[in-house]
Amino acid sequence: MTKLALGDRLRHLDKSSWVWLLAIAILLFLVVNPFYRLLLVSFEHGETGAFTFANYLTAYGRSRYIDALLNSLTLGVLSALLCVVFGVPMAWALSRTDMPAKGLIWVSILGTFIIPPYLGAVGWILLAGPNAGWLNRVIVELFGVEAGPFNIYSMTGLVIVVACYSFPYVFVFTKSALDLVSSEMEDAASVLGASNLRTTLSITLPLALPAILGAFILVFLEAIALFGSPALLALPGRFHVVTTQLWQFFEHPPRVGVASAYAMPLLLITVMLYWLQRRITHRKGYVALTGKGGERRPIPLGKWKWVVLGYCLAVCTLSFFMPMTVILQAALSKAWGRGFSLDNFTLQNLYFTIFENNLTQTATLNTFLYAGSASVIAIALALCISYVVNRNLVGPRIGSVLSFLTMAPFVIPGIVLAIGFYAAYTRPPLVLYGTGWILIFAFATRFLPIAFTNSNAAIRSINPELEDAVRTLGGTRFTAIRSVVAPLLKRSLAGAFILVFIPATRELSAAIFLYSINTQVLSVLLFDKSDEGNFEMLASIGLVLVLITVALILIGFRLMGRDFMLRRSSS
Amino acid sequence: MSKLVLRNISRTFGSFTAVDDLNLTLNEGELVSLLGPSGCGKTTTLRMIAGFIPPTGGTIEVDGKLVSSAGSCLPPEKRQMSMIFQSYAIWPNMTVAENVAFGLKLRKIDPGEIRRRVDQILEVVQMGALGDRYPAELSGGQQQRVSLARAIVVKPSVLLLDEPLSNLDANLREEMRFEIRRLHDEFKITMVYVTHDQAEAMVTSDRIAVMNKGRIERIDVPFEVYRRPETRFVAGFIGRTNFLDGRHENGRVQFEGFSVPVDALDHDGPLPAQVHVSARPQSLHLHHSRPADAPDRCYAAAVVQRRAYLGEYWDYHVVLQGATEPLRVTARPQEVFQVGEQVQLEIDTRQLTVLR
Repeated sequence: MTKLALGDRLRHLDKSSWVWLLAIAILLFLVVNPFYRLLLVSFEHGETGAFTFANYLTAYGRSRYIDALLNSLTLGVLSALLCVVFGVPMAWALSRTDMPAKGLIWVSILGTFIIPPYLGAVGWILLAGPNAGWLNRVIVELFGVEAGPFNIYSMTGLVIVVACYSFPYVFVFTKSALDLVSSEMEDAASVLGASNLRTTLSITLPLALPAILGAFILVFLEAIALFGSPALLALPGRFHVVTTQLWQFFEHPPRVGVASAYAMPLLLITVMLYWLQRRITHRKGYVALTGKGGERRPIPLGKWKWVVLGYCLAVCTLSFFMPMTVILQAALSKAWGRGFSLDNFTLQNLYFTIFENNLTQTATLNTFLYAGSASVIAIALALCISYVVNRNLVGPRIGSVLSFLTMAPFVIPGIVLAIGFYAAYTRPPLVLYGTGWILIFAFATRFLPIAFTNSNAAIRSINPELEDAVRTLGGTRFTAIRSVVAPLLKRSLAGAFILVFIPATRELSAAIFLYSINTQVLSVLLFDKSDEGNFEMLASIGLVLVLITVALILIGFRLMGRDFMLRRSSS
Repeated sequence: MSKLVLRNISRTFGSFTAVDDLNLTLNEGELVSLLGPSGCGKTTTLRMIAGFIPPTGGTIEVDGKLVSSAGSCLPPEKRQMSMIFQSYAIWPNMTVAENVAFGLKLRKIDPGEIRRRVDQILEVVQMGALGDRYPAELSGGQQQRVSLARAIVVKPSVLLLDEPLSNLDANLREEMRFEIRRLHDEFKITMVYVTHDQAEAMVTSDRIAVMNKGRIERIDVPFEVYRRPETRFVAGFIGRTNFLDGRHENGRVQFEGFSVPVDALDHDGPLPAQVHVSARPQSLHLHHSRPADAPDRCYAAAVVQRRAYLGEYWDYHVVLQGATEPLRVTARPQEVFQVGEQVQLEIDTRQLTVLR
C-alpha cells in the first residue's frame, strides 16, 4: 500500500471549499452578528458598556410606552379581522361563484398589492384628513353640516388603512385554498339536502379555515411590524404604536439599548406566531386541500351576484380606486385642494420630480442602486447556500444550520433588523452607518429568505448528475457551475431578482433607521416630505415608485412566462 | 495487467454500512458488471471509483496509482474516467455536438481535431445527422446514444455506467444492451457496469459480480455464475430456481420425497450434514409414468398443484410426496399435464448445485 506524498495530498483536495466558507462568513455578518448585537446592546449601558437591566426598566417603565405596545396589539387584531372581512368573501366570490367582472376585481386587487402601504396612507390623508379631506368636503357639500365626520388620524383610520393594504394576503391564501375544494365535496352536501348557502358555510369555508387562520396571523404580524402608515397617521393623531415608539427612541440622541430592549416583544411575538402559523397551515388533517380533486363548477348566484359584485367593488374602491384617484389628481394638479378641473392640471410636479429635483433624482438613483445591489447580494448568497445544502457539500447538520440562518430574517420584523444593524455596524471595528452599504446589506438580509426559497427551488430542479457528468469528463465543480448550472438557472434567477428587487425598492421600515442625508431612498424621502404638507410632491414621488414597480412586474411576468414555455417544451 | 483495483473498500453513512470490505480487480479492457438489488451498495461502489464518494476504508488504484483512500480522494475531474448516468445527464443547454465535444474541449484539443472526432463518434452511435439538435428534441434512446458518445469520445481510462438502460422501454433496452457490448468490443474500454437487471448483465459483461449487503457474493463469467451460483442469494437473484434442503447421511443425501448419492452432487470438499441445493426449473422434467432408470437421473412421485401456459413454455408447480413447498418446473408446450395429476418428477443430478 502506498503512502501519499504532500503533493498528491494537495492534488486530492477539492479547491472549491473556500467559497462555501466565505458564504458562511457573510451569513454570520448579515444575520448572526446584528442579531447578537441586538441582544447584547439591550443589556448594555449606553456609555460604559457595562451589563445592566436599565434599558428594560426604561423601555417598560412608563405607562405611555406600555400603551404603545397595547395599541400595536389593538391595531394588529382589528386590522387582521377587517382583512378577513374584506378578503374572504372576495376570495370565495372569485373562486367559487359565477360573479361577473372577475377580471376587473383581479386587477384592482393586484393594483392594491402594488401600492406601497405608506402611499395608500397618503391617499387616505387626502381622502379623510380632517376638514380638507375629499370625503369630508363632499359630506359638507351634500348635507350642509359644519364639519365632515371623518378623521383619518385615529386608531379607526389607521386600522382601515392598514387593512386596505394587507387584505390581499388573506385573499390570496383563502383563494388558493378554495381553489382546491372540489365541487364533488359540495355536491355531496347538496345531495343530502343542504342549500347552497348552508353548503358554503358548513363545508367550503371550514375546509379553507386553516388557510384563513394562517393568513390572519400573517396579516397581524404585518400590521404590528408596519412603520410607514402608523408614522403618517398615528403621530398626527397623537398616539404611538411599537414601531413609532421605537423610532422615537432613535431621535437624538439615539438610545439603541432602550430601543433593542423595547423591540424584544415584537421579535418574540413574531417568532412564536410564525411557528404557530406554520403548524396551522402545514397540518395534515385537511387532506382535502392537497389534491386537485374532481370537477369544479361555479355556484350560480342568481340576482345575488350583483350584491356580491357590489361588495367586491366597495372594498376595491376603499383600497384602490379612491386612493389612486386622489393620488393621481394630486400628482397632476397645481394645488390638490382646487379639485378636478382642467386649469388645475399640470405635469410640472412629475417633471420636477423626475428631471429637476436633485433630492428626488438622488433618491431614485439610490433606490435603484441599493435595491439592485441588495438583490444581487441576496441572490448570490442564497444561491451559494442552497447549492451547498442541496449538494451536501457540508454535513447535514451544518446544512440545516445554514438553511435556518438564511431563513431567519423572515421572522425578524424589518424595524428590529434595522436596530440590529444599527447596533452592529455604527461602532468600530466596522462602521457602515452613513454609507449606502448598511442599507444594501440590511435590504439584502431582509429579503434573503425570498431569494433563498427561489434559488432552492431552482437548484432542486437541476439533476446533480448533470454536474457529475462534467466532472467525470475532467471539469472542476466551477466548470460545471459555469457551463451547466448557470445557463440553466438564468431565467429563474432573473425572476427571483425581480421578486427581491420589488420589495427592496419600497422598503421603509429598515431604511428609516439606517439612512443618512446622502443615502436617502424614495420611500424615506416620501416619508420625510410628509410633514411638509406638499402632497403634490408626495403623490408624484409615489407615482414614480408605482410606475417602477409596474414596469418590473411586467418584465417579471415575461421572464416567468418564457421559463414556463421552456419547461413545457423540454419535458 | 490490472487496470482497476479495489482493495478492502468500505463505506459507511452514519451507522449504515453501504459497502463492506469489498475487493475487485479489473483487467485492462474488461467489462465487469455489478449486479444486485437496490440498496446492495453497487452504485456507492461505482461512485467511489468515480471519486464522488471517498471510501471510509480501503484503497482504490488505477494503473497502479492510488486514487482513493480513507484519508484522501482524487477529485473525479482528475481521474480521466467518464461516466454514464441513469438520467443520461445530457446538458439541455448544449446541442448534441456541443455535448459530445465538451470533454475534448476541456482536454484542450484543437478545434479541427475535436470536430473530426465528434463527427466520427456520432457516426459510430448512429447519430451523425443529429449533431445540431438540442437534447429536448431527442427520444430517450437517442439521448442515451449521445451520452455514450460523450463518454467514449474522450477515450477514458475507465468507463463507468450507472444503470444506463433503466429509463428505456423494453425493446430499446434490449437493443442498447448489444450496442453497449458492440462499443466495448470496438474501443476495448475498461468498463464497470452497474445494473439490477440480470439479463442486461449477462448480455454485456465479461464477468458479473453479484452484490448483496455491500459485499460481492460471487464473481465469475456469466455462464458460471448462472450454473454454479454457490450461494442461496445468488441462485435466487440470477434466474428462477428451486431451493431444496437435504440431510447428508450414509453416503446419500435425503431430500423430501427423494434421495441422491453423495457422489452425484457436484461439490468441493466434504458435504455438511445439512445440504442446500438449487435446482433450476428447466433441469426438472415431468413424466406421466416412471421411465427406465438412467445414469445421473432420479425420480420422485409428485402431484401437479398449479399450472400456467405462457406460450413459449409451461410453468408447473408440483408438490413431491411428503413435501409441502411446491417446486417449479418449466416444460415445453407439448408436455401437457392436468392439475391434480399424479406425475413422475425427473431430476438431473448433474444440474443440482450445492449452495453454501
